[in-house]
Amino acid sequence: MKNTKPETGGFFQRDRTWHPPAFAPGYKSTVVRSPQKAPVSFANTVSEITGPVFGHEMLGELDNDLTLNFAKPGESAIGPRIIVYGKVLDERARPVPNVLVEFWQANAGGRYRHKKDGYLAPLDPNFGGCGRTITDEDGNYSFRTVQPGAYPWPNGPNEWRPAHIHFAIFGHGFVQRLITQMYFEGDPMIWQCPIVRTIPSREAIEGLIAALDMQSTLPMDARAYKFDIVLRGRRSTMFENKLEGN
Amino acid sequence: MAQPLIRLKETASQTAGPYVHIGLTPNACEISGVYPEDLGISMVNEKTRGERITVKMRLIDGANAIVKDALIEIWQADADGLHNSPSEMRGSADPNFTGWGRQASDENGVFTFETIKPGRTPFPDGRFQAPHISLWIVARGINLGLQTRMYFGDEEAANAEDPILTRLEHQNRVPTLIAPRSGDTYSFDIYLQGDRETVFFDI
Repeated sequence: MKNTKPETGGFFQRDRTWHPPAFAPGYKSTVVRSPQKAPVSFANTVSEITGPVFGHEMLGELDNDLTLNFAKPGESAIGPRIIVYGKVLDERARPVPNVLVEFWQANAGGRYRHKKDGYLAPLDPNFGGCGRTITDEDGNYSFRTVQPGAYPWPNGPNEWRPAHIHFAIFGHGFVQRLITQMYFEGDPMIWQCPIVRTIPSREAIEGLIAALDMQSTLPMDARAYKFDIVLRGRRSTMFENKLEGN
Repeated sequence: MAQPLIRLKETASQTAGPYVHIGLTPNACEISGVYPEDLGISMVNEKTRGERITVKMRLIDGANAIVKDALIEIWQADADGLHNSPSEMRGSADPNFTGWGRQASDENGVFTFETIKPGRTPFPDGRFQAPHISLWIVARGINLGLQTRMYFGDEEAANAEDPILTRLEHQNRVPTLIAPRSGDTYSFDIYLQGDRETVFFDI
């Protein structure tokens, strides 16, 4: 038995001026996919403050190793070998333990293993491109992969995505659910990308750039990038109004 | 000056992109052997309590095209109105019901969930909400995951007193949240834009 109760307070209001707006015409796909009416708000109910949890026992041994989890025995994916690690926190700077973190990416040449990706760069027979892990008691996660390549995409006539890894993160409540992308420190293409530029502030963009951490490398094996993720925080239940029937 | 509040900003959202299924439903997009099965594909087993239902959803964009590269997650209470979550303080949910589902669409853009009809749950003021399923929708062109709910077309009485449905300023938009029933199947079309735009939430 742990001496702590699960937190059940309502979540802090999401700062929608910090996130990219739904309609961001520089990223053309948003034009017909952005709701145009104002979203409706109401107090969090049990539907919002609860969410699914996943046990560490569901993880396979190679789930957090993209260099091996699709590779033939004795082989591994091609590309610059890296470790990505970090902590999942909430807006109160508290670690978020035991949450599922999923990630996917292009291979080192910038090609996705997907029938709709027709980029010239070849598939790597030993690279699938997906992985997952669950944060530990202190909110930490890590995985091994190869650094993905940049690639062109059909938005403008000559537009390129900077190297990135997609992340989907669960919290403890369903409205904490978040999808984002991690970029790499020092990549000049970050600032030219129409998808990155849907984010209004430079500060918010910098929060998506993983830092090269040469103290956390695996010598003679892999460099390390640190990427912390912040989920919505929730009110303390200490003085919460009595929730009738709750 | 006052004491500083220790607060971090939420990590900014980015679109799930066109290849979200590589990460979240890899077996459905021909990446097999990494995970035994896609997470969230199965919500029920033979012991799950409650009425078995099928929910079929479609997502329609502002040009009236069916969106086929999206991903939808759902979250709902069990037949007694309890959630399978450590944050559920009112009791223990049915251990044979996950409450959470995740699907890619088929080639026609239909998302199919095999689940059960949820029980009613309380609003913070103690009134009961109508049975509903919470949705989270992500795709290329969606910068921040969309949140909405699906209510049940054959729950007229509960819907008529639901604290959220009754407080919508534009009552003519209530039907955008209600899925009609035919047999054991509910059909829910989600419109991203236009006259029939679904009510989305900031919650």
